[in-house]
Amino acid sequence: MANVLGAEHDLNFKETELCLGLPGGAGGNEVDNSPKNTGKRGFSETVDLKLNLQAKETGMDLNKNLENGSREKPVSAKDPAKPPAKAQVVGWPPVRSYRKNVMANNKSSGEESEKASSAAFVKVSMDGAPYLRKVDLKMYKSYQELSDALAKMFSSFTMGNYGSQGMIDFMNESKLMDLLNSSDYVPTYEDKDGDWMLVGDVPWQMFVDSCKRLRIMKGSEAIGLAPRAMEKCKSRG
Amino acid sequence: MSEDDERQQCPPSDLEFVSNKARNCNATGSGSGHPELQSVYLDQVLENVLENVLHFLTSKRDRNAASLVCKSWYRVEALTRSELFIGNCYAVSPARATARFARVRALHLKGKPRFADFNLMPPDWGAHFNPWALAMAKAYPWLEKVNLKRMSVTDDDLATLAELFLGFKELVLVCCDGFGTSGLAIFVNKCRQLKVLDLIESEVSDDESDWISCFPEGESHLESLIFDCVECHINFEALERLVARSPLLKKLRLNRYVSIGQLYHLMIRAPQLTHLGTGSFSPSEIAGQGDQEPDYVNAFAACKSLVCLSGFREIIPDYLPAIYIVCANLTSLNFSYANITAEQLKPIISKCHKLQVFWVLDSICDEGLQAVAATCKELRELRVFPVDAREDSDGPVSEVGLQAISEGCRKLQSILYFCQRMTNTAVIAMSKNCPDLVVFRLCIMGRHRADHVTGEPMDDGFGAIVMNCKKLTRLAVSGLLTDKAFDYIGRHGKLVRTLSVAFSGDSDMALKYVLEGCPQLQKLEIRDSPFGDAALRSGLHHYYSMRFLWMSSCRLTRHGCQEIARAMPRLVVEVIRSADEEEMDDAVEILYMYRSLVGPRTDTPKFVTIL
Repeated sequence: MANVLGAEHDLNFKETELCLGLPGGAGGNEVDNSPKNTGKRGFSETVDLKLNLQAKETGMDLNKNLENGSREKPVSAKDPAKPPAKAQVVGWPPVRSYRKNVMANNKSSGEESEKASSAAFVKVSMDGAPYLRKVDLKMYKSYQELSDALAKMFSSFTMGNYGSQGMIDFMNESKLMDLLNSSDYVPTYEDKDGDWMLVGDVPWQMFVDSCKRLRIMKGSEAIGLAPRAMEKCKSRG
Repeated sequence: MSEDDERQQCPPSDLEFVSNKARNCNATGSGSGHPELQSVYLDQVLENVLENVLHFLTSKRDRNAASLVCKSWYRVEALTRSELFIGNCYAVSPARATARFARVRALHLKGKPRFADFNLMPPDWGAHFNPWALAMAKAYPWLEKVNLKRMSVTDDDLATLAELFLGFKELVLVCCDGFGTSGLAIFVNKCRQLKVLDLIESEVSDDESDWISCFPEGESHLESLIFDCVECHINFEALERLVARSPLLKKLRLNRYVSIGQLYHLMIRAPQLTHLGTGSFSPSEIAGQGDQEPDYVNAFAACKSLVCLSGFREIIPDYLPAIYIVCANLTSLNFSYANITAEQLKPIISKCHKLQVFWVLDSICDEGLQAVAATCKELRELRVFPVDAREDSDGPVSEVGLQAISEGCRKLQSILYFCQRMTNTAVIAMSKNCPDLVVFRLCIMGRHRADHVTGEPMDDGFGAIVMNCKKLTRLAVSGLLTDKAFDYIGRHGKLVRTLSVAFSGDSDMALKYVLEGCPQLQKLEIRDSPFGDAALRSGLHHYYSMRFLWMSSCRLTRHGCQEIARAMPRLVVEVIRSADEEEMDDAVEILYMYRSLVGPRTDTPKFVTIL
């Protein structure tokens, strides 16, 4: 499947064809762009991420989920990635945050094309973690910053070496293979076309524009995404 | 039903002191036969009669009054009260409530104070529904309706409601949080008699659970399904099938993930709808360019009973003409998420002759409000929200719009108006033109902003409101205000029950005027105003009659609040810190105090101290 990214952005990235879909993982999920006050969210300890992913396709797994969900949800701590308040004073003017968020999102409503949202929230899931999180990609300026934020969020996970520009060193085939063979976690993302990619293969801004959701998975599982990356390495090698 | 009609379930002091005096307010034994038996028999008859009569009493206030007549009436009223309203979930415990009232079918419970909506309260403060759910499950297995506002509800609570109450019919959650789509999935799946599921301005976490598919198969009893606040994708095919098998469905409010094309399909399946929330009101991104546009006008034309329209979450104004045909019948129109101009509004509003409730964004400008005033002569409630809710934003609406509304909509009862510029003249005009005003909430977004024409404080405007609007029960003030404004309120606001104050007043006198002058005051919420301990003391005579007092960023000290706590044992005095602050000096950041029959609660988080 041709990567449309290069064509859209009129950049010479046609070679960056690292787009293999994850089996059963894609979906038609649009990113949820509405910034939310995630400080008040609750998550169930027993929500099994994998079951949730499957539940989208079959109703049966959902029943399993229903039986599991019987514990009280501990409310999460304040999301470190919450955007800074625009107003100078907390809670003034007295408009509920739900409404404020909707308005911020719809600022350019009336235009049919993409909304100029002030934030780019994407869901972040991590294999084995009991709940989803959300991050605003526009809060960060590089992969390293994102990596640090994610590391704080999911403290048991480390993102591999990102190199000086914060991009995975795709040039080095063996480094890449090491990363993917290890039991370290690797971040992957779903782009606008619904394809799952390794995070770090495109320049940061392009990533922000095309990333719809993030999934942090074990390096060994991410290998399925890598063959194209390997090809690319080889062709440059 | 306006919030201001509601009263606390029972005035606390009376409950304890209903005496054990002879409750035999009936015949004494006559001389013949067995006097004791006879009197017992008569008691019984009287109680039966009372029970039958009290069944007709529905108003909370009437019931509270009846329960105070004597112990017999108290008992019978408790047996016959089927709708239990508790305005502050911490004022009474589940145990006490279930002990007193034996046959409750409907529970209406309110939790956090309103200022929590504006992030003034750290999260996890409390108001958990869980202990109530469990108590109800034991005491009222026949419970049918639950209405919660500003409570924390977990997925487990939803499961409890669905599993332990076999006849459960109605769930309304307003401004609640703590649950997600997986909780909803369990709830709708197990609740076989469900008629009403209304999720209003609640925060629902996206657990990626396809809850719409979980409604059981077969004909449903659904009459109302409101989920416009649910910020996640839903399974449209399942929703369409659900609507198709819900012949009684009258109210449907979709979230913004439903496109206008999908809306069309739903509308033609449910022409009997009376209340419709249109979802995004724009086409989905994946709709092909060459696809035939459905006949939206036809769909709206088919809905002959439509009286309430809302939604328009991501509106493409080109589609607005589709609704023209229903405008003449509309009594309620909510455009408060639709960023439209005056020009786009005019063709619609000019047809809405019967409109009584109108919520809109200030994007329509004063010109749009003038158009409203020209047509909507039946308008009772107006809310104008800001597109850009910042202090220094441009203000597209001003005193011009307010004046126009006051001149055109004489039957106005309730107004909420956000603006950047205002004059006393316009507010005074409204006070004279709209004598029926019950709710007046004016929010001049710039703090301490004076009348922009005269440079004077806004005292006279608000003064006129309390003087001329004799039915006023709810007031929210803003702009530059001196103590004089509060003097007016204390002198004339005799019916005021709810008062919201922010960045106002000069000294303690202001708060004194209000506490000493407003006998009906129940809910007082104050922020960032220069009121200190002395002012607080001036309300000692009144606090037991209030539901709560909130004061944040004022000039209160810990020992001042302690004094209050000592003087009033039935008051729960909570001192709340921002979650990340350490326990500091004597200054009190947030004071939240309320009367309670059960003393301090046991579920306080770390940042709350009860004095």
